[in-house]
Amino acid sequence: MLQEILAFDFMRNALLAALLSSIACGIIGSYVVVKKIGFISGGIAHTAFGGIGLSYYLGINPLFGIIPFSLAAAMAIGLLGKKANVAEDTAIGTLWAIGMAVGVIFIGITPGYAPDLFSYLFGNILTVPTFDLWMILLLDFLIVVLVWLFNKEFLAISFDEEYAEVSGLPTTALYLLMLALIALTVVIMVRVVGIVMVIALLTIPAALARTFSRSLPRMMLVSVLLSALFSIAGLWLSFLLDIASGATIILVAGSTFFLVHAWRLLFVVLKKR
Amino acid sequence: MSMRVIECNQLSLELGGSRVLDGVTFSVEEGDFLGIVGPNGGGKTTLLRVMLGIQKHDCGKVSVFGKPPGHSPEKIGYVPQRLFFDRSFPMSVRELVLMGRLPKKSLFERYNAVDRACADEAIHLTGLERLMERRIGDLSGGELQRVLVARALAGKPELLLLDEPTSSIDPEMKTTIYDLMIRLRGSLTMVLVSHDTETIRHYVTKMVNLNVTLNLLHGFENH
Repeated sequence: MLQEILAFDFMRNALLAALLSSIACGIIGSYVVVKKIGFISGGIAHTAFGGIGLSYYLGINPLFGIIPFSLAAAMAIGLLGKKANVAEDTAIGTLWAIGMAVGVIFIGITPGYAPDLFSYLFGNILTVPTFDLWMILLLDFLIVVLVWLFNKEFLAISFDEEYAEVSGLPTTALYLLMLALIALTVVIMVRVVGIVMVIALLTIPAALARTFSRSLPRMMLVSVLLSALFSIAGLWLSFLLDIASGATIILVAGSTFFLVHAWRLLFVVLKKR
Repeated sequence: MSMRVIECNQLSLELGGSRVLDGVTFSVEEGDFLGIVGPNGGGKTTLLRVMLGIQKHDCGKVSVFGKPPGHSPEKIGYVPQRLFFDRSFPMSVRELVLMGRLPKKSLFERYNAVDRACADEAIHLTGLERLMERRIGDLSGGELQRVLVARALAGKPELLLLDEPTSSIDPEMKTTIYDLMIRLRGSLTMVLVSHDTETIRHYVTKMVNLNVTLNLLHGFENH
């Protein structure tokens, strides 16, 4: 069965994309969960739609449109919240909609039909070209190196930002860097689950990992493994049932999440009796 | 002659349209144990935040170690009052205490043997050895409070700023924390914010009373 599946080039690429994206997703997702910035990540992802529209218009690889748009969204949300005294959810909501609007306009003025627009919105891991795999690998490398370098600072601002500031850390710069890493993770994830569903894969594995982890590095490791497991299981199921891969991955992750919590709840109830 | 650690001259500050601090003047010398008292909402925590450099003031002059606030983080240990952070954060007591070394480290620099030794020493001093590997979410309020003191001490500060370290904990634990402060008294300069004037009167060497009425009353000098 496995050999059969791997005989297809696109399946090999899909598996590699699933595994490689899990690295960024598990590590950065852990920060997203402990710092409770899932909604910010959703905002960054949706703003990136503007980048997709722009790259359609310019006729370039959408990754090159998504990267600047998601990075700009990260900086704008971070700076508006920290420096301009704009409520964070207002900043997120505004950028989210502006990004989507820009994308719609660009796609509208681009002559012809936007062929795989759907796959950027909802992901299509089966169509990842080899070039994008290299990009994902490069971004993974960048993310791992930066997290390794800044691990004590990121831990400090995730845990207690005020204390980090009192300790003399440049907290705003560090926060913006963290948001930039989230933006790059979004870029990676777009291929796998699409911009609409990025938040789920960014948060579910990490949220599950937290319940079994005593430290943040441990949580990241468990989260990477869970994310890989969900992606591969989802990919396999979608192949078997011939249904959309991105959505299947999300549903596998989501149902595991609810099953684990239902189990824990049941355990608590049984213990009380 | 002892060195002046904090100088606060005619400090005034407004927050959200109301005057929180008005013409506050005091100074802290090396080795002092200053108590800042006053009613709830009287600006005690705000005053501490000004000294830490995380709250701007409107007028007056404040200097800490001869510099504007916020410029000497490596000399200051801070014990916050409210536990703002997430109790479900995956972190052990030892890791939290190690965070007290942050002011002494530069960016990228990793924690080394010296940092671990300082953290262990602080854990020992606060009697937390037994809890060292515990997840912070499993601690009681009083235990967590001691962990926060340990974190501040791990940075080997010259000045320790404590914001209501005994609020919301049981009486026995309060005694433990005060005992610790007595042991530390003299070896470093301390500033303690509290609403409990009667209790801290016995421990501090100097007191500032932020009253609802303007200006400060220089309580007493207790030498």
